[in-house]
Amino acid sequence: MRITCPFCGERELGEFSYLGDAKPVRPAAGAGEDAVYDYVYLRDNVAGVMAENWYHGGGCRAWLKVTRNTLTHEISAVEPAAGAGARQVAK
Amino acid sequence: MKYSIFSLARAALSGHKNWQRTWRDAAPKDHYDVVIIGGGGHGLATAWFLASEFGIRNVAVLEKGWIGSGNAGRNTTIIRSNYGLPGNTGFYELSMKLWERMEQDLNYNAMVSQRGVLNLYHSDAQRDAYARRGNTMRINGIDAELLDQAALKKMLPFLNFDHARFPVQGGLLQRRGGTARHDAVVWGYAHAASELGVDIIQNCEVTGFVRDGNGKVTGVETSRGKIGAGKVGMAVAGSSSRVAAMAGMRLPIESHVLQAFVSEAIKPLIPGVMTFGAGHFYVSQSDKGGLVFGGDIDGYNSYAQRGNLPVMEDVCEGGMALIPMIGRVRLLRQWGGIMDMSMDGSPIIDKTPVDGLYLNAGWCYGGFKATPGSGFVFAHLLARDETHKEAALFRLDRFQRGAMIDEKGQGAQPNLH
Repeated sequence: MRITCPFCGERELGEFSYLGDAKPVRPAAGAGEDAVYDYVYLRDNVAGVMAENWYHGGGCRAWLKVTRNTLTHEISAVEPAAGAGARQVAK
Repeated sequence: MKYSIFSLARAALSGHKNWQRTWRDAAPKDHYDVVIIGGGGHGLATAWFLASEFGIRNVAVLEKGWIGSGNAGRNTTIIRSNYGLPGNTGFYELSMKLWERMEQDLNYNAMVSQRGVLNLYHSDAQRDAYARRGNTMRINGIDAELLDQAALKKMLPFLNFDHARFPVQGGLLQRRGGTARHDAVVWGYAHAASELGVDIIQNCEVTGFVRDGNGKVTGVETSRGKIGAGKVGMAVAGSSSRVAAMAGMRLPIESHVLQAFVSEAIKPLIPGVMTFGAGHFYVSQSDKGGLVFGGDIDGYNSYAQRGNLPVMEDVCEGGMALIPMIGRVRLLRQWGGIMDMSMDGSPIIDKTPVDGLYLNAGWCYGGFKATPGSGFVFAHLLARDETHKEAALFRLDRFQRGAMIDEKGQGAQPNLH
């Protein structure tokens, strides 16, 4: 598996760290315990195409959103992860 | 059939051409008291204990492939009970005791070999941590010995005692730990359960649950038709989330791939199981002579049953750091299995919020050694609707209650356990 970083080009997997499913969104401060439990512990654990967070620590140190098939390891898209800095750089 | 010295002699004298099938190839009936989804070690052990200990013999085990095609055939065969946290300590010792009598119980040779499991330490802090773990084990009646460098130099002179960063200083040894023949474990449970009337149904994939008006699970839809059930138990390792989703549940589980490796066969070198405490590498030698070893999971969600090269490199580096001479041994084969990694690194054995559906999951990558214990406590839960005392902390709601069993202290990060 190789990941094509939008800033550095195609690099080997060892340069990246996996930060898990990109879908869970941190609940608002007053959202309650169930929302926090859901966010921290429960996962869809998709068998198929899922969006994931990866960190390019061995390269440009950018956070990336990688769209990957968990059944085949095939990567269909790599974008800068959401965030003001990433959006600015991506322009 | 019953195996004995006479049955072995008879089979040998007739040219090994008259061996019988060791379990019946059953066709599904309309209804069972208990249906177990998953014909791996845990599912088959559960069925056997249901029949032998709890008197429930109208049981079916449904396996989507064939017996031994999943993680039962894809592991590094280690058995041990060297855990330090409440919940784990007692449970794994229960499992260890069941390993010690398993071959007699099942009338099957599973090649259980108590050749010892040794965890090496490489710093003063790690020695203290292992001393503490060893003390915890001994307080709980489990064997543990803390060995110093001199003792290890006698036992294992080929270890890298002079490594500049990670010199081997000693180790924590559990002599009762060891290995067992992984395929024979599932074959043995299938053999013994089938003898007691359990139906083992291969090539039968569960595609959905049958529910009554109140939402209670009353059976399963399968690729071989509908099968009714008083209770349904899930023991499907890496597929737990997918099967639970059919019942509308989300679990605190991610599926990850773990690779393992076997070298070409060499003469006897490594007497027991060894783990490298400074990195992540563990190794034993099979009875055929191959070195069997592994390390970390690949670290990202996967259902692919195959891994990637960075972990292979990391594992081999760990091996070289510990035993420099194995750099001259060639790698024979490698494989990957799918682990259901729970959020605290410990298993879940519990009723689910769905009436009639029971869960046995989240073994991370330590499921093999748990096989007999897991089967016993899950059968207890299915038969009596009560959690066995050694599984009392493996509840599904522990994440909500903040009662995690986090042996590695990594938090809710499945890829780090």
